[in-house]
Amino acid sequence: MHIFSENFGYKLLKTIDMGPFFPLGTIGEELNLIIGFFIGIGFGFSLEASGFTNTRKLAGVFYGYDFVVLKVFFTAAITAAIGLFLLNYYGIMDINAIFYPKTFWIPTLIGGFIMAFGFIIGGFCPGTSVCAAFTGKIDGMVFVGGALIGIVGYSLTYEQLWASLRMSGAMGKVNIAKWMGISDGLFILILTIVAAIAFYAVTLIQQRVTSKKDYQL
Amino acid sequence: MERNKKYLNPYFGGFLIGIFMIAAYFFSGEGLGASGALKTVVVSTTNLVAPEYTQDAAFFKKYVNNPEKPPMKTWLMFEILGVIAGAIISASFYGRMKLQIGKAPHITNKTRLIAAGIGGLLFGVGSQLGRGCTSGMVMSGMGVLSLSGFIGLIAIFGGGYIIAYFFRKLWI
Repeated sequence: MHIFSENFGYKLLKTIDMGPFFPLGTIGEELNLIIGFFIGIGFGFSLEASGFTNTRKLAGVFYGYDFVVLKVFFTAAITAAIGLFLLNYYGIMDINAIFYPKTFWIPTLIGGFIMAFGFIIGGFCPGTSVCAAFTGKIDGMVFVGGALIGIVGYSLTYEQLWASLRMSGAMGKVNIAKWMGISDGLFILILTIVAAIAFYAVTLIQQRVTSKKDYQL
Repeated sequence: MERNKKYLNPYFGGFLIGIFMIAAYFFSGEGLGASGALKTVVVSTTNLVAPEYTQDAAFFKKYVNNPEKPPMKTWLMFEILGVIAGAIISASFYGRMKLQIGKAPHITNKTRLIAAGIGGLLFGVGSQLGRGCTSGMVMSGMGVLSLSGFIGLIAIFGGGYIIAYFFRKLWI
């Protein structure tokens, strides 16, 4: 028997979900924070070990000489999507009990475009800049400083510039597969195929670009 | 190849991050993030140096007026402390813990640092308006198939490709 789960398609059976632990009260707040610290260690280690403290490797995705960002990023998102889909489907974890971001499409689009400028000009994003700053990259430290000042500036101008924009385009919690009218499993399959084709194409592009010039990464 | 230029296979690195993201959702119900923790640092700092402003500012006050919950004691704050520790462990292991400026060979240190500061500033503003950054909003949002994650993906990376040409002198 299938039951419908509001944000993430169908579940196989009506089961008692084990997870998520903290939202369901299985673990207390202190343990939850400690777990957060250890998950952070894994995340930070993987970012640094993948080369994400190297600003030139990050910027390479936009110029064709290094596509590590695209490969790591899509592999991570698809791994998580498949894993969470299966956990939810087999009733191991209730996807409705996790933090599910609401969609405000206008500020996300505009904010995302501002972040695109930040990425191209600054050569980092917040997570990678923190890793870079604490492993000795001076440009990473300056980027983090800029981001902190940017947040202060956002607050100082909040009511004049951002308050009404931030709340515009509200759509609530929207699952993209449901929004497109297809099943979650099919969407994840399409996403995986698109990513596999992209991985193959960018590998060819990178070979061509780096064969003409040594980028001295 | 020199040890300090050795990196994980990108698909393996991405797989690991995906597993940690699943763990974050399974244990804590949270995605992996970064800009939320930066906001926490800002709110806590301004609350120390300018408490009257912080407790009255429309954007900040909701984070500081709860005596039960000090602003620093958030899951994301502990996660980002872990991120810092993890990055240091990896950089030490690969011999990359070194004071340096990452940049294209042809630009000066000054240009690079000014650009890094401006980029950070823009990311600070954009991540607050967009409700998260590349990790918390886009990657973790994509993991749960949230529409906002895919809109963010198109805006950040699609936007990046549109404007990359105009900033090519910084990188190539």
